[in-house]
Amino acid sequence: MADIVVKTEDVVKEYRMGSNILRALDGINIEINRGEYISLMGPSGSGKSTLFNMIGALDRPTEGRVYIDGQNMSQLSQKQIAAFRCHRVGYIFQSYNLLHVRSAHGNVTLPMIFAGISEKQRNEKAEKLLDMVGLGDRMYHLPDELSGGQRQRVAIARALANDPSIILADEPTANLDTITGREIIDLIKRLNLEQGVTVISATHDLKMLDVSDRIVDIRDGLVERIRNRDEIEIEVGEVGGEGE
Amino acid sequence: MQQRTPIEEQIDLPFVESLRISFQSLKIRFGRSIITTAGITLGIAFLVSVWTNNEIGIALQESGRQSTINTFEETAEAGISTKDIWLIIMSLIVCVVGIANSMLMAVTERFREIGTMKCLGALDGFVVRLFLLESGFQGFSGALIGALIGTLGAVLLGLKDYGLDLFFYFPLLPASPEDGPMQLGVIVIILLGCILGMILAVIGSSFPAWRAAKLPPAEAMRTEV
Ligand SMILES: Nc1ncnc2c1ncn2[C@@H]1O[C@H](COP(=O)(O)OP(=O)(O)OP(=O)(O)O)[C@@H](O)[C@H]1O
Ligand SMILES: [Mg+2]
Repeated sequence: MADIVVKTEDVVKEYRMGSNILRALDGINIEINRGEYISLMGPSGSGKSTLFNMIGALDRPTEGRVYIDGQNMSQLSQKQIAAFRCHRVGYIFQSYNLLHVRSAHGNVTLPMIFAGISEKQRNEKAEKLLDMVGLGDRMYHLPDELSGGQRQRVAIARALANDPSIILADEPTANLDTITGREIIDLIKRLNLEQGVTVISATHDLKMLDVSDRIVDIRDGLVERIRNRDEIEIEVGEVGGEGE
Repeated sequence: MQQRTPIEEQIDLPFVESLRISFQSLKIRFGRSIITTAGITLGIAFLVSVWTNNEIGIALQESGRQSTINTFEETAEAGISTKDIWLIIMSLIVCVVGIANSMLMAVTERFREIGTMKCLGALDGFVVRLFLLESGFQGFSGALIGALIGTLGAVLLGLKDYGLDLFFYFPLLPASPEDGPMQLGVIVIILLGCILGMILAVIGSSFPAWRAAKLPPAEAMRTEV
């Protein structure tokens, strides 16, 4: 049997705005295997980011359950959730979400500070990670002094700081040009292959398709269909053709 | 699901670590910190100057000196007049509102940062402690500068009104003369101003910070400023 890292059961998320209730997720059931590269696709407003937040324990579902490593997330204490975010997941966002008061190096060390790792160890690790993402010569620059692609690299290095088993990426390439986006995707894919990190990424970016193991299409808060890699490759061709 | 490693509890950060992070944040955000601190400085300077000016007036009237401006009859037996009380209350309100507002602004523009820190594993308590430290430091330094500026202002005004007599009867220490109103003295006023500024800054920032820290990170990160 496959080793399931993430499992959602009838996950519903409602947003209350005045007297209106908006059902952003309408009963999502998915299972994600360890080591998979999963893309969540769907039109704007379909609920990708909302689902991303549920899986990453960044928000609570209105109904339903999210299991990570078999653990029901709603049963965790506040301190356990903090530890979960710190150790198990690395988050990558469309808008990078770097702390602009800390250098690239300072951003990468922060999760390790929270994890209680010694100063010497975390400095070494941060240098190693920044080297790996190709920012060895920019370590002490503030985020404002870096390009979009470089900032996203810092975010990736930061996401890897505590050796998470899951990388959650919400449209990591949306603010980047095609070539830089491609580089970021390749970097994430490399982590997926070399380190066996499970990658769950919400995206509009068709470049993401051919690195994904599976694609989950979301529409109106529901899983519309799940496609495997072999089904995808044909479609990439189609889409590419349409585009030109 | 083979790997059922239980999720451990997040550790509390040592205090030094919080202190370091908060000072670094103040340092890099220096320009912005100065603006926030200036809000505190202004509020306290206003309050302290009005208050001290009032005490100077009382002290000199106690001594039987006359203001070169006010006639003796007008102010002599009045002690703290209703007008003065009103002025002090007004300046207190201006000071409270001004400081609360500048701290609130300073925290609101950092909601996203709070959400991000929680994504990286920060506990709610850590976030609040960070803001407590930063605002406590800002509050104290801002209020101290403000109190000194306020005192200086009141002294200059006093010099204009009473001339050099001011220094003979300067109300430095607390006094409670039998026939006059109680006086706190300038030293106590400066001290109170510092404490007030610091308390207002700490409340004004850690209360919104606490509210932001309680939010799920997804919501905290949504706020765009
Ligand atoms: N905090 C919120 N309050 C109210 N409504 C929300 C909130 N967050 C999301 N929504 C709504 O929920 C729906 C799903 O939003 P979500 O952000 O998940 O979409 P998305 O698929 O990520 O879209 P995009 O591709 O544009 O990022 C949208 O209709 C959105 O307006
Ligand atoms: Mg989205």
